[in-house]
Amino acid sequence: MNILMLGWEFPPYKTGGLGTACYGLTKGMSKEGVDITFVVPFDPGKGEFVKLKGMTSSKVKCVPSLLAPYQTTSAYDICKSMAGAKEVYGQNLFAEVDRYSQLAAGYADDSYDLIHAHDWMTYQAGILAKEQTGKPLIVHIHATEYDRTGGNPNPEIAQREAAGMHAADWVIANSQRLKDEVIKHYAIDPAKIEVVHWGIDTDEKPAHQPAGWTEPTVLFLGRMTIQKGPEYFVQAASKVLEQDPDVRFVMVGSGDKLPEIINLAAELGIADKIMFTGALTGEDVNKAFSMADLFVMPSVSEPFGLVALEAMHNGTPAIISNQSGVAEVMHHCMKTDFWDVDRMANLILSSLQHNVVLDEIKTNGKQEIKRFGLQEPAKKVINVYKKVLS
Amino acid sequence: MNVCCYFQVHQPFRINKNYTVFDVGKHDKYFDDKLNKEVMDKVAKKCYLPTNKLLLKLIKQHGIRFAYSITGTALEQFPKEVLQSFQKLADTGNVEFLSETYHHSLAFLYDRQEFDHQVGLHAKAIKKHFKQQPTILRNTELIYNNEVAAHAQRLGFKGVLAEGADHVLDWRSPNYVYQSPKGMPLLLKNYKLSDDIAFRFSNKSWKEHPLTVEKYGDWMSQAQGDVVNLFMDYETFGEHQWEDTGIFAFLEQLPKALQDKGMSFISPTEALKQKPKATVDMPKFVSWADVERDLSAWTGNKLQDSALKQLYALKDNLSGKALEDWRKLTTSDHFYYMCTKWFNDGDVHKYFNPYDSPYEGYIAFMNVLQDLSQKQKKEEWITV
Repeated sequence: MNILMLGWEFPPYKTGGLGTACYGLTKGMSKEGVDITFVVPFDPGKGEFVKLKGMTSSKVKCVPSLLAPYQTTSAYDICKSMAGAKEVYGQNLFAEVDRYSQLAAGYADDSYDLIHAHDWMTYQAGILAKEQTGKPLIVHIHATEYDRTGGNPNPEIAQREAAGMHAADWVIANSQRLKDEVIKHYAIDPAKIEVVHWGIDTDEKPAHQPAGWTEPTVLFLGRMTIQKGPEYFVQAASKVLEQDPDVRFVMVGSGDKLPEIINLAAELGIADKIMFTGALTGEDVNKAFSMADLFVMPSVSEPFGLVALEAMHNGTPAIISNQSGVAEVMHHCMKTDFWDVDRMANLILSSLQHNVVLDEIKTNGKQEIKRFGLQEPAKKVINVYKKVLS
Repeated sequence: MNVCCYFQVHQPFRINKNYTVFDVGKHDKYFDDKLNKEVMDKVAKKCYLPTNKLLLKLIKQHGIRFAYSITGTALEQFPKEVLQSFQKLADTGNVEFLSETYHHSLAFLYDRQEFDHQVGLHAKAIKKHFKQQPTILRNTELIYNNEVAAHAQRLGFKGVLAEGADHVLDWRSPNYVYQSPKGMPLLLKNYKLSDDIAFRFSNKSWKEHPLTVEKYGDWMSQAQGDVVNLFMDYETFGEHQWEDTGIFAFLEQLPKALQDKGMSFISPTEALKQKPKATVDMPKFVSWADVERDLSAWTGNKLQDSALKQLYALKDNLSGKALEDWRKLTTSDHFYYMCTKWFNDGDVHKYFNPYDSPYEGYIAFMNVLQDLSQKQKKEEWITV
């Protein structure tokens, strides 16, 4: 099978789960013998991608572009002003997406069996490629605009999301929760949506980096955006510290909410108990996990939440929000509603106090993570291909 | 061949899953009264009341005999109507009440003195409500080994019920009276025929589905032995197997179908009139839970072992309401909820389980225990 994949990010340049997911999917499917040509927008100022180890059948084609996943219209404007006066790029985010779509669709030809596009920025390219070649289009939804914005979507983005899914022959959603969302917001036919839960690359070795202090450590790791709920983490931290001032909190990630979160910590008088590291990548992410006794994912609306699996892989027990796709499949963890700060604080305090609960989660997590490798989702996606092609 | 049925009737006092670290030292409302009442009302309506009514009718029509083991924690939570319907059954004289720990606890494994006390509390309650003195013991979840039999002998019981596990019986049939090495008479559960009703009855992928009384009666009459022991949760009727599966119709037709083949429903005491056929040596604990038929549903993982150890270490110096609450915490269900063994598949451990995960079950339990242990300290201080 020969697939034209319109995707996002390749290590080491990744800002979130989307990059990890695309990389993982490509790696998993290559092992299953699928040939993939992976087209990504790429800022030529950045440098080289890592080599696709063991993925001889897959190629990466880079389209020079300032697009980045999770980009907002204003973020694009900043990016463009920093890139200088290069006239080639689009005036604004949508113009750039249009420009990119033309270029990316240029790679489409009859040698491909089908086209597979990831998230809204590539949907238009997918639609164009489908029109040019007459090949089936699969669109993969990793998050909706509603998820990213806490329910206040940019109408243009929402419209483009809808158009992509309506044009698609088949839609792949990361979770049942996400499937329900696209049915609700975009009226997509449920019969053409397949749920494929994600996995992670369990070949990667977990890090071993003990913290440089003895106090118990609780970790947040994610973009500091409305979607990830960092403020609930800070509020829970405040409640924990009232009972036990010895607990330390580490917040990894950057994003438009970071200044607000730092302010909130200061207002609550706990700024000295929370460390902000900014965004981390690669090995540093694993180190952050291995330093922590407990990881908290308080996402407000998380279509999947790959980071929870990464925590498990690194042996860090997790408290995850019920408003996440991963909560549908991950068992050996604790769960809470993102807004239930009291419950979150209780689970943090109680599990640090009675720490056999953390040992038991770790022990069982080692077994459970084996179910979340890359091959399982890859096989499911290939089954979707077969269904579409037959 | 005869049939000896025993039905387990039990409801725990489920802990308030929102008893948090912030409640410790503030209040002792440990149990979720609302949830417990909801579950009781639901089970009463779907199972206890309709099944009691049907069995009363079957006693009158066919003179059937059978046994209940009703825990003290269930008795305490019965609505009046439910208690009265059990009393009506007791009044027929055809129903035997078995002995067990009042709190459906694992006390035999952790505190023999406490075990004796809870067995005593239970006997008192049964006598009060049903005017019977239980003479046959079944330990919580049919947890049994030679020692249970020896202990029951010392307490003056006339027989003990246990699981007829394959690894114990090997080639032998469970359908005889056996005895422990020290001569305590035993009735062993025929798990195949019991589970045909309790677990497989409504399973459409089971090759024998749908199960009819004719077919079931044939299996019984072809079985070798004196008595088939059908032991199961009472909730099988109407709750595990819903009414629309035909479970009540099955139960209603069963006595006549079996009588036509010359079999009667007898009580455990009647079954034990047979002389023991042979001795079964069970040095290791056997239970009726999960495929393992061992203790691993309640003990063995770190959560369970830590909770049990700290619970039983706490008893001394508690009194009054604190001691009563402590006893409610000994109920085996709390540790069953902490089981991680089958957690991946989800299954029977989820039944009426108030928690999202075993971890949260453990945390709520430990927070309650924390509060109780502070009471213990306070009381010590007062007595000094």
